[in-house]
Amino acid sequence: MFKGIIETRWRVAIAAIGAALIIAPLVTPEFYVYILALIFVTALLALSLNFVLGYGGIYQFHHGVFYGVGAYAVALMITKGNVPWWLAFILAPFVSALIGLIIGWFCIRLTKLYFGMLQISLGSLIWIIVYRWYAFTGGDNGIHSIPLPSFLLTTNASYYFILLIVMLALATLYLIVKSPFGATLQAIRDNPQRCESVGVNVNRHQLIAIVIASFFAGIAGALFVALERSVFPDMLFWSFSLELFVMCLLGGWFTFAGPLLGAAIIVALQTFASKYTDYWTLILGVILILLIFFLPEGVMGFVLGKFKTQVAEEGSRR
Amino acid sequence: MLQVQGVSKSFDDFMAVSQASLDVPDGALVAVIGPNGAGKTTLFNLITGQYKPDQGKIVLDGHEIGGLPAFEICRRGVGRAFQIANIFHRLTVFQNVQVAVLAQQKKSAHLFRPAQNMVVAETNAILENTGLARKSQRLAGMLSHGDQRILEIAIALGTQPKLLILDEPTAGMSPEETGATMQLVGRLGKDQGITILFCEHDMDIVFSVAQSIMVMRHGETIIQGTPDEVRKNREVQEAYLGDVLSVSKEDDHAAS
Repeated sequence: MFKGIIETRWRVAIAAIGAALIIAPLVTPEFYVYILALIFVTALLALSLNFVLGYGGIYQFHHGVFYGVGAYAVALMITKGNVPWWLAFILAPFVSALIGLIIGWFCIRLTKLYFGMLQISLGSLIWIIVYRWYAFTGGDNGIHSIPLPSFLLTTNASYYFILLIVMLALATLYLIVKSPFGATLQAIRDNPQRCESVGVNVNRHQLIAIVIASFFAGIAGALFVALERSVFPDMLFWSFSLELFVMCLLGGWFTFAGPLLGAAIIVALQTFASKYTDYWTLILGVILILLIFFLPEGVMGFVLGKFKTQVAEEGSRR
Repeated sequence: MLQVQGVSKSFDDFMAVSQASLDVPDGALVAVIGPNGAGKTTLFNLITGQYKPDQGKIVLDGHEIGGLPAFEICRRGVGRAFQIANIFHRLTVFQNVQVAVLAQQKKSAHLFRPAQNMVVAETNAILENTGLARKSQRLAGMLSHGDQRILEIAIALGTQPKLLILDEPTAGMSPEETGATMQLVGRLGKDQGITILFCEHDMDIVFSVAQSIMVMRHGETIIQGTPDEVRKNREVQEAYLGDVLSVSKEDDHAAS
């Protein structure tokens, strides 16, 4: 299925990284295993955002909502609905996709910034419901100690579970990016008017993209529960969505794996910065400013750009 | 194939197109001429669904298409190349045309098959036909202006149109590129039986290739007829050809 759409050197890199990640829990302290697992979850989330942002050109300003909805869906189904854990995990992404469909249906009529503003409003509506409805969602306390099967109770076990699902999800997302749907989505990003006049129903195509992105955000949300066994309303707060946005920009929003790198950098920085300061958002702001001035294509875009010019120079020398 | 009857469109208080009429017979090569701001591009935008007409009827093969969304009109067989190169800058030349072919074959929504192996033959045929085959892996944004305009036509061809609408296909081109482009347009009409509607500033081109010419001024249709009829028409001579002379002088100014 992937024949011809992944270059050989990337295959080698992916295999090497995969092997390192499988061995990692055996040789690193539990805290780092936990951080790595959190990076995987966040990376899947950032990549799902970038599917609509970088490939679709849609200003999805409040992507965190679909993550939160996925996590809360698992938590509520298990604690309030007595749904078996595995069924809750399977259903959660569909719940996120449904919310994505509803919010997207309203927002898609608007473009660019207006789209983003309306999405922040509708997303914040869901956040405030989660935040205030104590009887159902636990309000600002969130939901804790969600019962999970015994094989998911150690950090190492949930690490492997998350690694497996994230790998599968990323492979699927990559296939979609390379499919006719993905190619058309990128064409819409470059020139929606032109796409419309070659016979593409642009609004419907973008709406489907939002639903797909919400679905994958929902998977990330469910995996967060597998790691933390808790959910809290901050997952749906708009400032977290801003962090996701920065991850995409920082990693490089015109590359597939860029947001993964962005997520790794932000999660790692946040973990270590919070040891020394409470003002994490201040650091985030500084990163954003430096990024805009020095790395407009993101870290990944910068590195790949260097690599390409190097190859081009070698080519021209011959 | 296409009849436009008494179509009007205003923007705020400005009447961009007023009571315009146009008849494009099957298989014909029809030109629309008129001074800058006469409403030619607006008329095309009304036909291909970028704007909705305020009044009047636009009929394609017996079906009213006025006010339908652009993608719907495209699916009924109207291809459009724009005046400003309206391409997908970050995609390769191949992908630019492929997106159109995929849409035409209703394959845009396939999720799990690599796109690079799909509709390759169809896409390459169009690239061959338009002379872009050697540049198929270049990024569209990196092409020269002339090539971007050709790509513009190639994208429109990707939708397999019955009626191809070209908005000033040779604007900004060198004389050689202009010749090659008009040759391509002629070939599309004669060999592939595509009906073509275009507008153009270069009167030599218009009067040598078009079978029927419609003249617009201030958004209105002055006349539609054969090149001879149009040339002999007093109203056109007085009201319009004078304008064209001054317009082409301005163009020369801008160019130098």
